[in-house]
Amino acid sequence: MAYERYLMKNVGLPNSRSIETYKAGGGYQGAAKALKMKPDEIVDLVKRANLRGRGGAGFPAGVKWSFLPPNREITYLCVNADESEPPTFSNRVLMENDPHMLLEGILIAGYATGTTIAYLYMRGEFTELFHIMQKAIDEAYAAGYLGKDILGSGYSLDCYIHRGAGAYVCGEETGLIESLEGKRGWPRIKPPFPAIEGAFRKPTVVNNVETLACLPHILTRGLDWWLSLGTQNSWGTKMYCVSGPVNRPGCYEGPLGITCRELIYGEDFGNGMRAGKKVKAVFPGGLSMGVLRGDMFPKNPADEVDPDADYDELDCKLDFDDPRRYGLMGLGTAALVVVPEDADIRAVTANVAHFFALESCGQCTQCREGTMWMYKMAQRIRDGAGRSFDLDVLAEVTENMGMMPGLSICGLSDGAAWPIRMLVQKFRAEFERHIGAQAPEAVARRIREINPAAYELPIAAGAR
Amino acid sequence: MSWRVVDRTKAPEDLGPGLSEAVKAKIRTFFDRYPTKRAAMLPALHIAQDAIGYVSLQAMHDIAELLEVSPAAVLDVATFYTHFWMHPKGDKVIVVCRSLSCELVGGKTLLQHVKEKLGIDEHETTPDGKYSLMTEECLAQCDHGPCMLINEKLHKCVRPEDLDRILADPDNDKLDIPRSDLFDAPPEKVEQS
Repeated sequence: MAYERYLMKNVGLPNSRSIETYKAGGGYQGAAKALKMKPDEIVDLVKRANLRGRGGAGFPAGVKWSFLPPNREITYLCVNADESEPPTFSNRVLMENDPHMLLEGILIAGYATGTTIAYLYMRGEFTELFHIMQKAIDEAYAAGYLGKDILGSGYSLDCYIHRGAGAYVCGEETGLIESLEGKRGWPRIKPPFPAIEGAFRKPTVVNNVETLACLPHILTRGLDWWLSLGTQNSWGTKMYCVSGPVNRPGCYEGPLGITCRELIYGEDFGNGMRAGKKVKAVFPGGLSMGVLRGDMFPKNPADEVDPDADYDELDCKLDFDDPRRYGLMGLGTAALVVVPEDADIRAVTANVAHFFALESCGQCTQCREGTMWMYKMAQRIRDGAGRSFDLDVLAEVTENMGMMPGLSICGLSDGAAWPIRMLVQKFRAEFERHIGAQAPEAVARRIREINPAAYELPIAAGAR
Repeated sequence: MSWRVVDRTKAPEDLGPGLSEAVKAKIRTFFDRYPTKRAAMLPALHIAQDAIGYVSLQAMHDIAELLEVSPAAVLDVATFYTHFWMHPKGDKVIVVCRSLSCELVGGKTLLQHVKEKLGIDEHETTPDGKYSLMTEECLAQCDHGPCMLINEKLHKCVRPEDLDRILADPDNDKLDIPRSDLFDAPPEKVEQS
């Protein structure tokens, strides 16, 4: 069933990027309304709407804004357009087709938080998008929606684009702030939180592109409309990305709470798998959140969800709470990548491990060493020289990384550990099957290739 | 980041080309956007790489002087980000996506074909200096995989049979939308040494 598009309403319209098209469709009305309210009223409105961050962490935006100290002299707003989580592309679709919706959101958020300068941190690989956004910003300045005394309200806002240069960790809010300040994108320990001490040591708010794009809609269509979409505590509309070998990969909009099955098979979404294959696995929230088993597995006869049993898990609803029942870290970016039944789960694991090994910034020992260690093991397993013991070591490594156990500065290590742990846990049978099918001397041969001196060490003993 | 081991005891002439006055003036225009000069580091590196073709050691010294930081700080940042090259590269950089969505629809095959067709490996440049190759993580166009960037232009749904046509097209890195020259080097370019 196709849902009405709000965030994506201008996608596909001719000349959708221009400010004239945006205004003709009712654009900047939300900002006009907001500028007549008091900033505290807007923060309160966003809190009541429970607008949760769409960048991956799902932290309520209104609560984040309320952390700002009351008597601050200057505030910065950083727009997180460093969309690097595979396989997310919803921010790109939004910025490419409707840059002004983002700018209106920036204006509203800036006014609500008392921001003087908004930095739009855009990843370096968004080459074409930079030109599109810069043009939109120039149009907004010319039309008086940015700059001094916007719409006669007395509020002034400057917006600058700061281009990144290829680092996933700069999507982490403090990594973004460090990169903005002209340093390596090394995240900072929190506390102090950016709201207290952020960019240039001043109060800063970092919000995702989609979170900000929701603001004009909350203001124009109202709180009741927002609360009518979605599920309990996961209100609102969301952009879902579907990718992988489905018939219709793309970005689709709907209320929060759509199931994975609907997104993969629904004719308004993925419209089924190519060549009618079954689904082996799906990463519903981007790689970091973890993996669900697909319909290659039998359906669960009971109502209770048991992440340890090998059942089809595609009925997972994509809101902020349901994925946790299946063992996932959270909703993440609601971007699905579907792994078909004939894909090698070892290759998928190695690909995921490679991503995190290269993108780890290197500050925290567990993450720096752990991600590379997991990658090397995943490579060896993929190349047909794995041992059953390796799977246990992988599981152990994943339990000793992360911000949540208090061992790392940022959540990249959690994001690295979670999918690997879940892949090993949920697809153990397949890993064991591949390992069992290996030639008996495969591991010993590989170990000798890597390090000839290891031939005589006890480490090779477990391999035979 | 792409680098080769460099002998730092070499004489100053081997630090590579520096930044022209026009480039330095362009970098200075970023100072009033930020409360610190250091924050202009990424824009400065983008402009320097556009001017010279890569970020040479001399360029790092020049940026350090402009931004009033130590040259080590510039080296720190330049080597952290994957976009910056520490050694000369080709006129066009082909960036192939190697993340999961693209791999599931044929990204590895595409990369293999690109390597064979150009005869180079990652971070290498073709002998005629036209193309360099690197891989990058998710380029955020997963619904049109496998994708690759050639300089600024994103090529989507690239199949190995499309490669000949794409590589033969002299405008394969040109955008068809109006461009902002904010991060471009000013028109007078420094010759690569």
